[in-house]
Amino acid sequence: MGYTRSGCSISGGTVRIAGKDMVTLSERERAGIRGTEVAYVPQSAAAAFNPAQRIIDQVVEVTRIHRLMPAEEARQKAVGLFRALSLPNPETIGGRYPHQVSGGQLQRLSAAMALIGDPKLVIFDEPTTALDVTTQIEVLRAFKSVMKAGGISGVYVSHDLAVVAQIADRIVVLRNGEVQEVGATADILTRARHPYTRELLAAFEPKARGEETMVEERKVLLEIKGLSAGYGPIQADGLPLVRAVQDVSLTVEKGRNLGIIGESGCGKSTLARAIAGILPASSGTIFFDKSELEGSVRQRSRDQLREMQIVFQYADTALNPAKSIEEILGRPLMFYHGMKGKQRDSRIDQLLDMVHLPKALRHRRPQELSGGQKQRVNFARALAAEPKLIICDEVTSALDTVVAAAVIELLKELQRELSLSYIFISHDLSVVEAICDEIVVMYGGRKVEEITPAALKAPQHPYSKLLFSSVPKLDPSWLDTLELDPELVTTYGHR
Amino acid sequence: MALIAPHIIPHPVGEIVDEDYFGAISSRFWLGSDYLGRDMLSRVLMGARYTVGISLAAVSIACFCGVVLGMTAAVVGGWLDAVLSRFLDAMNSIPGKLSGLVVVAAVGSSISVLIVTLAVIYTPGAYRFARALAVNINTMDYITVARTRGEGIFYIIRSEILPNITGPVLADLGLRFVFIVLLLSGLSFLGLGVQPPYADWGALVHENVGGCRSAPPPSSSPRWRSPA
Repeated sequence: MGYTRSGCSISGGTVRIAGKDMVTLSERERAGIRGTEVAYVPQSAAAAFNPAQRIIDQVVEVTRIHRLMPAEEARQKAVGLFRALSLPNPETIGGRYPHQVSGGQLQRLSAAMALIGDPKLVIFDEPTTALDVTTQIEVLRAFKSVMKAGGISGVYVSHDLAVVAQIADRIVVLRNGEVQEVGATADILTRARHPYTRELLAAFEPKARGEETMVEERKVLLEIKGLSAGYGPIQADGLPLVRAVQDVSLTVEKGRNLGIIGESGCGKSTLARAIAGILPASSGTIFFDKSELEGSVRQRSRDQLREMQIVFQYADTALNPAKSIEEILGRPLMFYHGMKGKQRDSRIDQLLDMVHLPKALRHRRPQELSGGQKQRVNFARALAAEPKLIICDEVTSALDTVVAAAVIELLKELQRELSLSYIFISHDLSVVEAICDEIVVMYGGRKVEEITPAALKAPQHPYSKLLFSSVPKLDPSWLDTLELDPELVTTYGHR
Repeated sequence: MALIAPHIIPHPVGEIVDEDYFGAISSRFWLGSDYLGRDMLSRVLMGARYTVGISLAAVSIACFCGVVLGMTAAVVGGWLDAVLSRFLDAMNSIPGKLSGLVVVAAVGSSISVLIVTLAVIYTPGAYRFARALAVNINTMDYITVARTRGEGIFYIIRSEILPNITGPVLADLGLRFVFIVLLLSGLSFLGLGVQPPYADWGALVHENVGGCRSAPPPSSSPRWRSPA
């Protein structure tokens, strides 16, 4: 689009759109092309819409800026696009404000915004990354049919190879700013030549859990009975106003892993917080290592806190930017184990070694590390406490496929060495499948099913069925041939 | 300048050195002389010690109290936050000059009273600023991690939050310092600040305001620095 972020500049080369070089054009000429010849669909639709204006006014803005058509005609066209993108109530949805529609709907509305000026090329920048798999299908289908109907070319930027496989005719593999491989979708998927592409494909392939780690005696480490938690004032029945988690019971055995899976907003993070005592549960009991835990962090003993650690999704916000890695890792060592001086220093080196980070990193600050490195430090901090159970809340979601696969490998390795247990919370089925012995499916704050990876192909509960069949596969024909029970979709999908 | 003032002043600060009052600018008296014939330049330089010293002490106390209270309120939350915030908001609603005048008029003017009064007037602002910053930091995951580790409030405030708000707090301290200089000069100009025979910039303007028409240079020279 001939646009760069401030500080970045296009130093060479050409970008031709319909015969015009976007690089050499003046800003004014470029503005004339943007929106009419080339349009952009951003990753975060929520950030792309102005919360203070009605959706329809923002969608037709392009026609107003470029004086393409009268307002009423633009409005009609927008409604037509809403219909083509299979949005509910196409006539009236434009009258709403951005916060009144769901994330999947907003993403489709932002596509309508891009398509209103009849562009020849649409650039999609990770448009479904922030969506749930069940929603992602709808959005992808809508994109695909509209592009096909309008004969529009598209550039689809994504880290998810399976999604790209559904929508692209040709794939370009980028790494470190350089093109690694270009080819037709089928070629890339089946006959990848470049090692990095193979690595990507391998990272995507769900890995078998491997032989189950045999634990001599199966001891229950964590047992939760009838746990409810939520937000807001306590009601007459003793439960909070907004119940994020309702009546969940589960067990974690020593040395084994539990996966908790479900779409965003199903209460899985709240469950993790209730177990860790960050958000005290309103009812239910938590037994950990044979003793009952208090609901709140403050009432638990230091040893109880030490044995259960929680690792968060975003290492960026989980590591204090003002502290060095050494300080971050050193604090739990001192706090729990009273380590000082040389003893602490050598333990920090050990911890860095355990998570495969060079020792030289210890003097750096978090912002000087890459995403994967930060997540490793995040783990090292949890390991410093020498816990029995680590709760991993979406730990790989913010990472690239290849980096995420490496982190998962690391987790498995640490488990073998330290006989840890994990509670692994994720919306990504392949991640959970790769590491967990048991999987709990959550929907609307309740546990709907508990299954083992072996039984993964045949879930019983209808929601589990929908969820599992919605995970994109590398097969390019997957989206077109996929048939979801429409009844299930209307019951459980948030369209 | 204020630090080295005693070594560079050309004439003793309290002594009448000129035979004329409101003397004009000359090679002996670079800024002329005041209403008693004292050297203006010396008095301005020494006055800076009062203005800067009192303001610095007041701003340090105000920011220290404000920041500590603000961070505590943000981390503890609940009723402590509510009570502190409402109380300091109420203090904030009283005009600073007015409450300064009342306190100094009631208790009498001494340097320590001035420092405490100015600090009290500017604490609510510093509190608001620090609390707003700390509330943002308080929602970060690393604070949650520290809490689940079992850390106490003091550790969270000192080691997790403070290093992340130091930059903005120092910038705020600078701004607040300027406001305090302004208020102090105002009080002194009204005769309620630093008392004779000592004088800060506000008091210098006050002393020499009578010469405004006949001898502009001495009566206006403190105002080049102090806009009171």
